[in-house]
Amino acid sequence: MPKYTIAVLVRNEFGVLNRVTSMFRRRQFNISSLTVSETESDKYSRITVTYNGDPDFHHQIINQLYKLADVCKVKELDGDGAISCELMLIKVKNEHATRDDIRTAAEAFKAEIVDYTLDSIIMRITGDSRRIDDFIALMNSFTILEICRTGVVSLERGKNTIITEEE
Amino acid sequence: MILSGADIIVKTLIEQGVDTVFGYPGGQIIDVYDSLYKYRDEINHILTAHEQGAVHAADGYARTTGKTGVVISTSGPGATNLVTGIATAHLDSVPVVAICGNVNSKQLGTDSFQEIDITGITLPITKHNYIVGNVEDLADTIREAFRLAKSGRPGPVLIDVPKDIQIAFCNYEPEAPYPEPEKRISKKIESAMECISDSKRPYIYFGGGAVSSDAQEEILKLAELIDAPIGCSLMGLSAIPTNHPRFLGMQGMHGKYASSMAMHNSDCIIALGVRFSDRATGNKNKFATTANIIHVDVDGAEFSKTVKPAYSLRGDVKLTVKKMLTLLNKQERPDWSEEIKKFRQTEFENRDTRDGLTPYNILNLLNTYTKDSTPIVTDVGQHQMWTAQYAEFRSPRRFVSSGGLGTMGFGMGASIGAQMGTGERTVLVTGDGSFKMSLNELSTAVSNKTPIVILIFNNGVLGMVRQWQTFFYEKHYSCTTLEQQTDFIAVAKAFGADGVKVSSLDELTKAFDKAFSANGPFVIDCLTDKDELVLPMMPPDGSMSDIIVKVGEENA
Repeated sequence: MPKYTIAVLVRNEFGVLNRVTSMFRRRQFNISSLTVSETESDKYSRITVTYNGDPDFHHQIINQLYKLADVCKVKELDGDGAISCELMLIKVKNEHATRDDIRTAAEAFKAEIVDYTLDSIIMRITGDSRRIDDFIALMNSFTILEICRTGVVSLERGKNTIITEEE
Repeated sequence: MILSGADIIVKTLIEQGVDTVFGYPGGQIIDVYDSLYKYRDEINHILTAHEQGAVHAADGYARTTGKTGVVISTSGPGATNLVTGIATAHLDSVPVVAICGNVNSKQLGTDSFQEIDITGITLPITKHNYIVGNVEDLADTIREAFRLAKSGRPGPVLIDVPKDIQIAFCNYEPEAPYPEPEKRISKKIESAMECISDSKRPYIYFGGGAVSSDAQEEILKLAELIDAPIGCSLMGLSAIPTNHPRFLGMQGMHGKYASSMAMHNSDCIIALGVRFSDRATGNKNKFATTANIIHVDVDGAEFSKTVKPAYSLRGDVKLTVKKMLTLLNKQERPDWSEEIKKFRQTEFENRDTRDGLTPYNILNLLNTYTKDSTPIVTDVGQHQMWTAQYAEFRSPRRFVSSGGLGTMGFGMGASIGAQMGTGERTVLVTGDGSFKMSLNELSTAVSNKTPIVILIFNNGVLGMVRQWQTFFYEKHYSCTTLEQQTDFIAVAKAFGADGVKVSSLDELTKAFDKAFSANGPFVIDCLTDKDELVLPMMPPDGSMSDIIVKVGEENA
């Protein structure tokens, strides 16, 4: 099933994230990731949602979002036309036998070691979701202690923004 | 002018054209009630027996008038008592604005007395809701609520107003009511017209959206132009006159045979303001498999939600059909008309011809008493389906019923609202189960001398559930035999209303004579048989080939 990324511009009102997630829950919409953040204007917040589904499901999500009074604009961000990335912190066990392999892997993925103790290493990596999934797969050869990832944020390439009309 | 928050609430309601509100006072809304007292010459408040009655009344008022209904309640239990009524309005897309009091803003979140998170509770059952944080935002919040309630697909909006906002002061400047929101039509209408022209068996199928967009005239013209039969969902009833020669009636689980057959055999369904609920379609995979569906709806989220249309035309039903009329040529379909005639003939041959106090005979008699303008309200159950099948509706917005949520206890409140909205003597068809859920509102009808003919189909059982137990649960009548000794006439009299018990058609005639000239609510306790069935019946998740037309003749 195709993967979709949409950006949702919402009024920066108390409880707006709850309204969006509550709608997903009650309509049984299964999503992969959701991030929310401040924007260039204090009037709006921006929610980025990714999910897999057929085109009908995709249209349902967009149409149901537009029914929420706080939703101002929904825009689909496709893989080629947008820059998408997420950030992950991953903590693995630091052992003599695997230490060099972990460092080599981190170097290859341009993951930065941000915390280092005799027992553990924390690495920070940014990139598209696929790259982060790959890094986790690689780290599975060692002992992963903890993972925290942000979910996807995404901006359209070029001068268009979520509020400008496509030319 | 400088006003208190409570005054601003009432002044803004008046400004938005509200002349009647329904509600119930309490500790955290007492300031608004003080303002209602102050402005009592400009706005009328109807006190009900229970907040649920008030919200159903606001709903009935809105459904019959097309205006936005308003209900006011206090915090906590007052607010939670609105929940079923708000959900009822939500599922049937009825514009209602609910205003609740709440505790002081500073006390919110501390579980104080009669505090409840009503915006959290009603989030999934409102179009939108608000908790007002500043008195300066109050008037604009109410204005936006009125706009939202009626724009696009209508629905309920709730505003929660903490006590400190009601007593704070700020400047208030009256504004004009929101103009009717601009209505749009799809740019793709033309592309769908070939589908109609090429069709051999078109069927026009309308729902609640046709009622709210007032599309009666356009639908009838379209049917004439393309020589097509018309059917509707439960929510569509009364949008066009029942006795119109092209109208086959309601389709669906308990739909008319001819209407359901026409839809099932159609090759092009022109669906106007409908949402293809499971009660209307049965099993989606077997539903109208040969038809292309042209789906017209103001709510884009309805397209492909349950069935996949060939064409999705987002926009107002009335304007869309009007546009269609300019794009289509006169068409004739004698073969299809002949088939429809046969469906009708089969339906006629299977009609209920029994004598006595049968549902058909009762409603047929009622039809001789109702005027074109009489609102007919129902509760939920067998009586609701019989009313949908047999009652005559001659003008739009005159059938009021809880279709989506199926709320037993809806009828008493809704009929009070319908009567007050239209000024017409109103008929409530109810059952002994439903009536018992809201008969407290008899007191409201008595206090206001509200002329309502309350016709109770009293069969001593919860008939609709019993019918399912008969068909699908081996006649295990678990908790559906009421076996209660309630004397509804004594109850009516205790409330100050009048009433009579009837057990024959003659007695019913006399009862109607009295009821239709009574100066207030009149209860007719009509004793009916507990084994009456609503037929035809398409079993849940079934299809037209599973339809039960007569008992003992399944798959007829």
